[in-house]
Amino acid sequence: MDAKVSRKAPLQRTAASVSIALAGSGGSGVMTAGTLLLSAAAKAGLYGLMVRTSGPQIRGGEAAALVRLGEAPMHGLDDRFDVLLAIDWQNVNRFADEIPLAASSVMIGDPDEGEAPEVFRNAGARYFPLPLKKTAKGIAGSWTNMVALGLAGALAGISEEALAAALRDTWKRSEEALAANLAAVHAGVVAAAGIDGVPRLGTSAKTAGRRWLISGNEAAGYGAIRGGVRFVAAYPITPATELLEWMAPALTQVGGTLLQAEDELASINMIIGASYGGVPSLTATAGPGLALMTEGIGLAVSAEVPIVVVDVMRGGPSTGIPAKTEQSDLSFAVSGLSGDAPRLVLAPTSIADCLATTQWAVELAEALQAPAIVLSDQFMGQSRAIIDRPADVAFIGKRQTVAANTPDYKRYRNTESGISPMAIPGTPGIAYTADGLEHTEAGIPSSQSRDHVTQLDKRHRKLAQHDYGRFWADIEGDGDAAVITFGSTTAAVREAVARAAREGVTVRLIAIRLLAPAQPEQLAAALEGVGQVLVIEQNHSAQLYRYLRSMYDLPGKPASFHRPGPLPLRPRELTEAIVGWRTA
Amino acid sequence: MTEVAARAPVTAQNYKSGYKPIWCPGCGDYSVLSSITKALAMVQAPPEDVVVVSGIGCSSRIPAYTTCYGFHGVHGRALAAATGLKVARPELTVLVAGGDGDGYSIGGNHFLHACRRNVDLTYIVMDNHVYGMTKGQPSPTTEPDWDSKLSPGGTGVRSFHPLVIALASGANFVARAFSGDPNGTAEIIAQAIRHPGFSFVEVLSPCITFRPDQRDWKKLAHPAPVDPTDDPARAARRIMTDDGFNIGVLYAGNRKPYPVLGRKAKSTVADLEAEFMQ
Repeated sequence: MDAKVSRKAPLQRTAASVSIALAGSGGSGVMTAGTLLLSAAAKAGLYGLMVRTSGPQIRGGEAAALVRLGEAPMHGLDDRFDVLLAIDWQNVNRFADEIPLAASSVMIGDPDEGEAPEVFRNAGARYFPLPLKKTAKGIAGSWTNMVALGLAGALAGISEEALAAALRDTWKRSEEALAANLAAVHAGVVAAAGIDGVPRLGTSAKTAGRRWLISGNEAAGYGAIRGGVRFVAAYPITPATELLEWMAPALTQVGGTLLQAEDELASINMIIGASYGGVPSLTATAGPGLALMTEGIGLAVSAEVPIVVVDVMRGGPSTGIPAKTEQSDLSFAVSGLSGDAPRLVLAPTSIADCLATTQWAVELAEALQAPAIVLSDQFMGQSRAIIDRPADVAFIGKRQTVAANTPDYKRYRNTESGISPMAIPGTPGIAYTADGLEHTEAGIPSSQSRDHVTQLDKRHRKLAQHDYGRFWADIEGDGDAAVITFGSTTAAVREAVARAAREGVTVRLIAIRLLAPAQPEQLAAALEGVGQVLVIEQNHSAQLYRYLRSMYDLPGKPASFHRPGPLPLRPRELTEAIVGWRTA
Repeated sequence: MTEVAARAPVTAQNYKSGYKPIWCPGCGDYSVLSSITKALAMVQAPPEDVVVVSGIGCSSRIPAYTTCYGFHGVHGRALAAATGLKVARPELTVLVAGGDGDGYSIGGNHFLHACRRNVDLTYIVMDNHVYGMTKGQPSPTTEPDWDSKLSPGGTGVRSFHPLVIALASGANFVARAFSGDPNGTAEIIAQAIRHPGFSFVEVLSPCITFRPDQRDWKKLAHPAPVDPTDDPARAARRIMTDDGFNIGVLYAGNRKPYPVLGRKAKSTVADLEAEFMQ
């Protein structure tokens, strides 16, 4: 397999960027304002990222859109925010850790909504009280969040034209609403003139290539469809729901179907049923749903039915922290099934990569007739980013099937590759019964030792022997030490590696995309000349570190930097960790 | 797809595989298997276009005993697997088979939602009021005073009424059959397959190993005194008040089956990109 994959650009130097947090109570419209700000930034030729965070309430709790804009692609958040713009202060203090401010930061709040919380004032940021609500009230039919949008846009250096264009895309139907909100945005832009000290981004007209505005959930959904998925069954769960909501109409467009199941036990078995019928199938869920699906995933292993399960990870265990991110389902994904059950586990390394990795997962699941678990997370899934249009990858789901009336057909034939061509219902003369019971090569239930060993070996071999090519990991930079990570933390690690290099500490970055089956030879090659490794991840028990130590020979004394969610790993703490580790 | 007309008629024998069932001698499921193959011959469905889906339990072993495609999944999830299969491959004839523990206990939620979703499936439950495969524990349809090792003196819990639950949940076809009448059961299953939407056939199928008392079912079973109705209220009243041994089609409704969406692509995969483009 040698799919066309664009090599990652060389180490991304930290670009000048501005970070703006739009906060308020749920329903105050901060997410809408953030989305429009991002859209306007795209129109202005900028790149950007918007991370969503909210309290446990579905409506009425605290919410914040964490936006970072810049002239180069933004994959992660910065160490601090330049601007905190609060539409109101209701419970916004709960974001104190998520919205770190510095003395150079600017804090804007509506004095009619009360005092700015002490936790923010303590940072020493300058406070600009502005009557946001009154301003909006003065413009009939307008909303406070649109005043905030004008303010934020102007502070970031985005032209009013770009902001207006973003608005026009949204209010296509009502001229009246559009006019009112354009006026509100204008009022915000005017108000911004009185605020100084925010680093403004250049608005030099860039010859923007083809850019996308996309969330990780959408990218994963699109990757699945590109890979060939045409059936989805799923049960709603935060933070995976948007993936399903995007796929429902998209599948209809391309002749597929999405079915809302009664629970995750149903959704996993529904996709196994559909895929048994020959249609590439997928479900998306989060930790609690994945827990319910494990029996079904085991069935897909035993019956050798290709399926893709996207786990948009959130804080765990149990119900955990539904709307906030964590990389803590890794151990569960790589080992959480009964019996000896080889499976594929992949993790996208960025929002854009959710597309290619999910597409690859479809290809691998179909080729190897095995379940593939894709570990996305809330940070990637629910964040929206302006990205360069991702390079097309050639991954396509294609399973080996068998022709009608093939003599002596055995569904689970013990082939050299371990892959046994699959009969598809509707094909005469080769009918068989798929089974979760251990079986003979013909698929007849068997509890005999030799059948068990034959089938265990076969299922192991087909995954272990496959050539996964160079897409198994992103390997960047050079040096005699390496930092190993996976998933959404890759962005922050990449930024930290670049900063460390500026401090004279050069390390390699290895972001593992294919977590299972483990690739010891590939990693050994990637680590050639490396004497020390540091494993970075976002969970409490160093799951990747422990997994790597159990599956790989790592050089030197492997070190670990791990911290649970939901706070994102910040480039500064990672830079300190890397520099400290190398200079200790 | 295979052209049915171009072939010689398929006989019941053509649907029987060579595998010997694991069932105990005298088990009602032998005759249900025979009824299923007869019913398939009646509807002349080519074996390769039929999939028999099951979960876990004695009766769930049925798929491999046919020459159809089979899917023997995990306990309680047969209806879910069948739903996915039928929605993804609507041209196939999908039968789901299993027992009372698989369908009404561990799979109870899927039973409710399969009825209300009304996907064009035929669900055959071989009900013997006992868990046979694990050697004699009470199931949801077991009488409350039935004594067993796991529930000495009985569970004290009222038994589940699958027919009325199916009706209330929206099943489009509800019937009761008895394994002691294989031809009658075959006729009912054939009707169930032909009826659009979700068809539910509860077959009283004795377990003489753990419930020897069920030998008496032969004496108790009798044809339903009235014809099926399409009025769920009338059917419910009849089912709620009968003696539990009324054999026949009790309800045949007119609800539209679950729509099979999509099928024809309206745009290309590349077209979907437009919404992300800036």
